[in-house]
Amino acid sequence: MTAPLPDPMLPERYRVQRVSREIPDTFTLELEPEEGGDIPQFATGQFNMLYIFGVGEIPISISGDPAKRKPLVHTTRAVGTVSKAMRDLKPNDIIGVRGPFGSHWPIKQAEGKDIVIAAGGIGLAPLRSVMYHIISQREKYGKTVLLYGARTPTDILYRRELEHWRAHFDLEVYVTVDRATGSWKGSVGVVTRLIPRAPFDPQNTVAMVCGPEIMMRFTGAELEKRGVAQENIYVSMERNMKCAVGFCGHCQYGPNFVCKDGPVFQFSQIQGLLSKWEI
Amino acid sequence: MQTLEPILAEHPFFKGLKPEYLQLVTGCASNVRFNTGTYIFREGDEASQFYLIRHGKVALEIFAAQHGPITIETIEAGEVLGWSWIFPPYRWHFSGHVFEPTRAIALDGKCLRAKGEENHDLGYELMKRVAQIMMDRLQATRLRLLDIYSDLPGGRL
Amino acid sequence: MNTTLPKVHDRVVIDRKHFQDLFVTLTSKGYQVVGPTVRDHAIVYDTLTSVADLPTGYTDEQDGGTYRLKKRADQAMFGYVVGPHSWKKFLLPPVMRLWQARREGNGFDVLPENNDTPRLAFLGVRSCELHAISIQDRVFMRAEYTDPTYQSRRKNLCIIAINCGQAGGTCFCTSMGTGPKVTADFDLALTEVLGRDLHYFVVEVGTQLGSELLQTIPHSEASIEDVQLAEDIVANTAEHMGRSMDTTSIKDLLYRNLDHQRWDDVASRCLTCSNCTMVCPTCFCTTVEDVTDLTGEYAERWRKWDSCFTMDFSYIFGGSIRASTKSRYRQWMTHKLASWIDQFGTSGCVGCGRCITWCPVGIDITEEVHAIRESESATTKAVKELN
Repeated sequence: MTAPLPDPMLPERYRVQRVSREIPDTFTLELEPEEGGDIPQFATGQFNMLYIFGVGEIPISISGDPAKRKPLVHTTRAVGTVSKAMRDLKPNDIIGVRGPFGSHWPIKQAEGKDIVIAAGGIGLAPLRSVMYHIISQREKYGKTVLLYGARTPTDILYRRELEHWRAHFDLEVYVTVDRATGSWKGSVGVVTRLIPRAPFDPQNTVAMVCGPEIMMRFTGAELEKRGVAQENIYVSMERNMKCAVGFCGHCQYGPNFVCKDGPVFQFSQIQGLLSKWEI
Repeated sequence: MQTLEPILAEHPFFKGLKPEYLQLVTGCASNVRFNTGTYIFREGDEASQFYLIRHGKVALEIFAAQHGPITIETIEAGEVLGWSWIFPPYRWHFSGHVFEPTRAIALDGKCLRAKGEENHDLGYELMKRVAQIMMDRLQATRLRLLDIYSDLPGGRL
Repeated sequence: MNTTLPKVHDRVVIDRKHFQDLFVTLTSKGYQVVGPTVRDHAIVYDTLTSVADLPTGYTDEQDGGTYRLKKRADQAMFGYVVGPHSWKKFLLPPVMRLWQARREGNGFDVLPENNDTPRLAFLGVRSCELHAISIQDRVFMRAEYTDPTYQSRRKNLCIIAINCGQAGGTCFCTSMGTGPKVTADFDLALTEVLGRDLHYFVVEVGTQLGSELLQTIPHSEASIEDVQLAEDIVANTAEHMGRSMDTTSIKDLLYRNLDHQRWDDVASRCLTCSNCTMVCPTCFCTTVEDVTDLTGEYAERWRKWDSCFTMDFSYIFGGSIRASTKSRYRQWMTHKLASWIDQFGTSGCVGCGRCITWCPVGIDITEEVHAIRESESATTKAVKELN
């Protein structure tokens, strides 16, 4: 008889190293295991369940570098009870972590191809891990384009990193805002408008898209219009999660469990569901 | 002098246009470039031309009394700047402010309108293309109106 | 009394008067016996101490939105079908604490539960229920993740199954291929035989454990007539199902009708009371609640049964994905009959009829499927007639 598997509902204790404010109501947590040592290996696109003592637990995508063995990095918006309590954590506070869970971005399948990373709003957070990976293994990938849409210039996430990436002459970074404010001299327009003129070969591209569902739907459609096959477009879905291991049933999306069949899905897999109301 | 025909042919706006029509249209075309800071046109000006942007960035601006100029959209390489030339009263609704050095093909609206009236097939081809641009812009504007990155998409109109 | 133990697949006969010995032997082997008993005008599943706790002489009359407990003319001990409870309440407790935590300096200590697993003996499991248990096994015992409570209770389980002597008003196990004959996953399977002067059980041995249980229960070898009689009883049950469902390509049928008008129709009746999910033996959704005491020094994580019919089931920041009654009913029914097949390789429905009986407005899942199927063939027929 095999040994019983560990209880997937028990959290591990992690220590907060840093809490940094990003854009208004968005913050980043840097965590390390309480006992020290490395964080468990994770794949880009995966998420953890983060627990605040006595408050609750929420799923948050990992947005750190998969090659770095610490810290564990999570960027999220402070919009609910748990995330707000998380934003108010201080260095040395202890937080509960379960994971990593879920499917991942297709960085292996994308080798040898052009890459399009299309992010909207907070959607850049789960895709930042992919950018780190591509930059560290640059020779494995073809032309790489990052398309990022934010609400206004003050809502541009990871702004300094975006500028740093743009300075790479083997990376293309296009940033656009829905509404211009102040002295913004960059692009103004919806992020899908960046797709027609982005430099990539649609016949040999893998696209990874993350953002609000509407944005992913229209971005996927625009990529398809340009000739990228549905099998080569990937999106990251979000649903209510309580367990993250396929027991509680909350995250179901058609026949898929977002916690284990997702959160990363091929567009071809869920294209029929994306336009269905209340599914 | 090298004709502008091949340059027009490669711009997305004229994609698929029959060579004989392309020739007709080229008669109304000219090569232009603008420096950063230039106002190509101002709100209310007569819209006698429109532009196929080849390189650069032009911001469509509107002036709001206490706020100064507000950029409503930027038009960049591969895109078309201006459609007011095709419908009366043929006046620009926004100002075109150059944000980055821009190279473009300017097309004379009056010239094209005349040719379109003369040759309805050509007119239809032009109308189709302008309609496509308007549809794309409307779709894009609707997406921005939804305010998808905010907490209440569609709720802050 | 036999001195050699029966082998697996052997059939024996136990007289009614020796039924109590089954309780005695189970208890002596350390099992807690749970099974049917009368309470609150229904037959529910609870701890049983002796044969006297069984609903002897009772039967149930069931229909859409109706359940009535009635007295029988005879003293059958299992002369009813299934009630509002299912065995999932023992394997997936409705309310269960997952762990406790205590504040410690800057952080907290997590104290896992000391899960003293009861050794349960389920007495009176119907074939549909056996299938339901095996369906839930696929949910909770997977290669990547296993629910420790479910697994330990399941591992130590003793199952005394019953071949149904009658079908219920809302039963349709024959349509779902889940009964009424008990075929697998049992330790002992009983068929009750009641005549004018006879009352005995034909018992099939399913496992080594089943065989060992018979060691202290007086029994005799079953004759060919006994075995045939038992077969006839259950075959007769199969002929009298209260409902039926055509499951031909049902997954595709429902997947291509997600926008069917019928969903609006059922939504006008459904109260989203979630009774169906509570009584369904395969529904497994739960929620997790993190609570703390007033001092803030202690926290607990609890797991509770949940239902896809609630408003906040699908809530993510901004609102619920499934806000309308229509979307929630559609989710439940398409999950149960269609998506379940993609997820776990079998249907999620075992045809027990509980959802039909316990729906306050009598919504009938078999009728809903029928309506959608009929409207499709009606359209095809109409198109054919036009041509």
